[in-house]
Amino acid sequence: MSLEPDKAFMSAADLTADLPPEEETQFVASAGASAAVAGQWTLMLWKFRRQKVAMASLFIVLLLYLVAILAEFLAPYGVDMTRPQYTYAPPQGISLFVTGADGGWQFLPHASGYKIVVDQEAMRRTFEVDPDKIIPIGLFVTGETYKLWGLFESNLHFIGPTNPADTVYFLGSDRIGRDVLSRLIYGTRISMSIGLVGVVISLALGVFLGGISGYYGGALDTAIQRLVEVVSAMPTIPLWMGLAAAIPLAWPPALVYFTVTAIVSLLGWTSLAREVRGRFFALREEDFVTAARLDGSSEMRLIFRHMLPSITSHLLAMVTLAVPAMIIAETSLSFLGIGLKPPVVSWGVLLQDAQNLRAIANAPWLLFWPALAVMVSVLSFNFLGDGLRDAADPYDN
Amino acid sequence: MTTDLPTTAPTVLEVRSLSVEFALRGGTFTAARDVGFKLQAGRTLCLVGESGSGKSVTARAMMQLIDAPGRIARGNIMLGGAGAPVDIATLNPRGEAIRAIRGRRIGMIFQEPMSSLSPVHTIGAQIVEVLRLHLKMDAKQARARTIELLRQVEIPDPERNIDRYTFEFSGGMRQRAMIAMALACNPQVLIADEPTTALDVTTQAEVLDLISRMQRELGMAMLLITHDMGVVAEVADDVAVMYRGKIVEAGPVDEVFHNARHPYTRRLLSSVLKLERTSELKQAPAAAAAEPILSVRDLGKVYQPRKSLLSRTPKVAVKAVDGVSFDLMAGESLGIVGESGSGKTTLGRLILRIVEPTDGAVTYRPQSGAPIDVRGLDKQGLRNLHQQVRLIFQDPFASLNPRMTVRQIIADPLVVNRIASGAALEARVSELLGMVGLDPAVMERYPHAFSGGQRQRIGIARALALNPRILIADEATSALDVSIRSQMLDLLLELQQRLGLSFLFISHDIGVVRYFCDRVAVMRRGKIVEIGAAETICTAPEHPYTKALISAVPHPDPRHKRMRTRTHLDA
Repeated sequence: MSLEPDKAFMSAADLTADLPPEEETQFVASAGASAAVAGQWTLMLWKFRRQKVAMASLFIVLLLYLVAILAEFLAPYGVDMTRPQYTYAPPQGISLFVTGADGGWQFLPHASGYKIVVDQEAMRRTFEVDPDKIIPIGLFVTGETYKLWGLFESNLHFIGPTNPADTVYFLGSDRIGRDVLSRLIYGTRISMSIGLVGVVISLALGVFLGGISGYYGGALDTAIQRLVEVVSAMPTIPLWMGLAAAIPLAWPPALVYFTVTAIVSLLGWTSLAREVRGRFFALREEDFVTAARLDGSSEMRLIFRHMLPSITSHLLAMVTLAVPAMIIAETSLSFLGIGLKPPVVSWGVLLQDAQNLRAIANAPWLLFWPALAVMVSVLSFNFLGDGLRDAADPYDN
Repeated sequence: MTTDLPTTAPTVLEVRSLSVEFALRGGTFTAARDVGFKLQAGRTLCLVGESGSGKSVTARAMMQLIDAPGRIARGNIMLGGAGAPVDIATLNPRGEAIRAIRGRRIGMIFQEPMSSLSPVHTIGAQIVEVLRLHLKMDAKQARARTIELLRQVEIPDPERNIDRYTFEFSGGMRQRAMIAMALACNPQVLIADEPTTALDVTTQAEVLDLISRMQRELGMAMLLITHDMGVVAEVADDVAVMYRGKIVEAGPVDEVFHNARHPYTRRLLSSVLKLERTSELKQAPAAAAAEPILSVRDLGKVYQPRKSLLSRTPKVAVKAVDGVSFDLMAGESLGIVGESGSGKTTLGRLILRIVEPTDGAVTYRPQSGAPIDVRGLDKQGLRNLHQQVRLIFQDPFASLNPRMTVRQIIADPLVVNRIASGAALEARVSELLGMVGLDPAVMERYPHAFSGGQRQRIGIARALALNPRILIADEATSALDVSIRSQMLDLLLELQQRLGLSFLFISHDIGVVRYFCDRVAVMRRGKIVEIGAAETICTAPEHPYTKALISAVPHPDPRHKRMRTRTHLDA
């Protein structure tokens, strides 16, 4: 029997060119060189970048925080600017051109004004957008004076009417003629930030208790796990209501909420602790951890130098997924009246204005915009968290 | 590549210029390129190659089992036999036609029977299902046939074992059940993908015997995929050598082994044959008067069963290591050989007290000063011992922290023991890298940039960093391909001579131990059954277990098949 070897394989050049040197100790500075010196964060970034939805979500999240930081500058008006004569004024459209007297087009960014219509049946004045009335608007206009971050006084606004005496409601106005857009922008600051403290407290507790539970195991592990079970059995909302009632009335509402969030987060660490425990359990048995122990590493070094870096990327993903829960909590509790209360402005507080039927019937924008803000932010955080979780372990393949 | 066989055996399956491609981010990766071979009734073709050579991908393509993003790019897989020939390459991977072929006309045996058999169904239920699906048998017929099949594959007491679950079987029994399942429908072709790699050497010999006997009896054509040249020599009629996705050499087994033409085949064979004898690098063993550097006396580890309120039957204590005694001389390499579960890995860990021993004594004699009783050491004493006695791990992927650079990994023991810092540290890391044959310029790289062999070298450099006197190598070469394996052993031999190291070399691989060690201890069920000079143990063993073990090792020469004449161990 003769298996005819393929001539192509047997040509002399091929034979030598195809065969690598005996042992692969040669290193070629080739395309793989940058990957060779890439640490875990670089690898994670590469993997994350391939996920388009997560990248878009990251962009939206960053944008929301930019809005929160620059709220005073971005909002056309202050948060308490009231004009009772414009009750439930609908959103005004923005146009860039006006028709001149000669019939030609002229560039002039403007919003349309209002005309008052009297509803004979209900004996009520309502506003309608009147395209004939022109209110010129512009970027970087002067308006109300404010203090950015309570420090720098300024009257420059990103967008607004060129004449400070004019009123524009890009997203409509509420019951007492406050600008919904401005309040939404100020609400972003509170809603996106107030629960972060809670997340940080949960993170610290979860990593600490989960870490020692997973690392030491045994009786300590059993004790902590039973504690986790008891704590996760506690009902959150009644506790929240009780705590809100127990806090002195004289405290400002934001501080009350802050305190309550902090206390409730003392119960919110349980799922994080379980996950961290599981990871430590698995890591403890890894060969590289045994190797580090045999190298003479102390327990502290073992945990902080070898084990924690292996889960930091997972922690980041877990935290990102915890933030939307806190946004939803703020919104729903404030909506129910046991979270933040006016005069603090948050998305949940804004939604309180949309609790009655008349408001929804006559001014649906009061419901629509804050609800949209909540949905966009929560979805973005969830997609971002999913993307981070997928990218979190760059060594799995 | 086509084959001209003088034999008249009919061709059952023919693969013609098959290419399998994987669409990856950076372009297309061709896992198998222009692969061609014929399978003939009653003959065995061995597809042999090292990891990543494309042999498993080829086998999976023959069943249309390639997962996305892989696909069959070109070529034909013609399945002949009754009726018109079918080209498997053109069938829909999820279609009716291929399902009628899988399990019915082509049977397949995988490497890991535990993951290819369902854990929630009994062995019998799984075979019965195959029979009912493909042969439309009724429940009673199928059960009778299943019992018959289990008897054929030598599963004892088939009437009772048919109703047991996978996890109640040992590895060898599971593989037998898997074979029974693959043979259930009398397939024309049997594909066995590394069927014995996960098995111990004695079990491997039995399973290979069984497979080739069944194949002859049923007149099947068989494709056996393996990386082990010994297995090839024992069972193959024809051989095809794969390298980087191509078949570089093909022919009858004797031709390939004794008249190899392609340099890759020659290199592969020479690295295999090298491990058939003691290394030439080995010098005469140290003078007999040498003091033992490490003494182990009656060392034992008993795992007490956990007390349970719910279990009715009292559990028995497991003796993982049972009264083990030996001396390791200075400058000597002592091999610890045994099959899985023999306690050899635990023994290594007991000496380092990664696992606490329950009985016995370990004494280490440092260069100066009194002998140290390892079991009596406190935390600091143990840390000092761990500088002198170092461990090399089996898995080069799991034993290096992927988040640290090579420099950080090798420097870690020096940093934590405050031995060097700054420029001295850097110089020492460079020196260590040079010592294990790696370019010091690579120290800024992360482990993922290295192949298995290179990573193992990094692991060795880390072990050497503290100037140890004893290295415990726990299956240090098992995860490596055969050509890399002998180079790794040569490196260790060279380091041993240069640095005056003593080795405790734990392995299941007789060849590796014979190549590397001066003396060998054979372990079975936690006990050392025989200890002696490596050459004696490997050529003229005393103990019946050692005899059975040595004779079961496949011999990489088709003219001297060893397994056929092996010694069986009764009891």
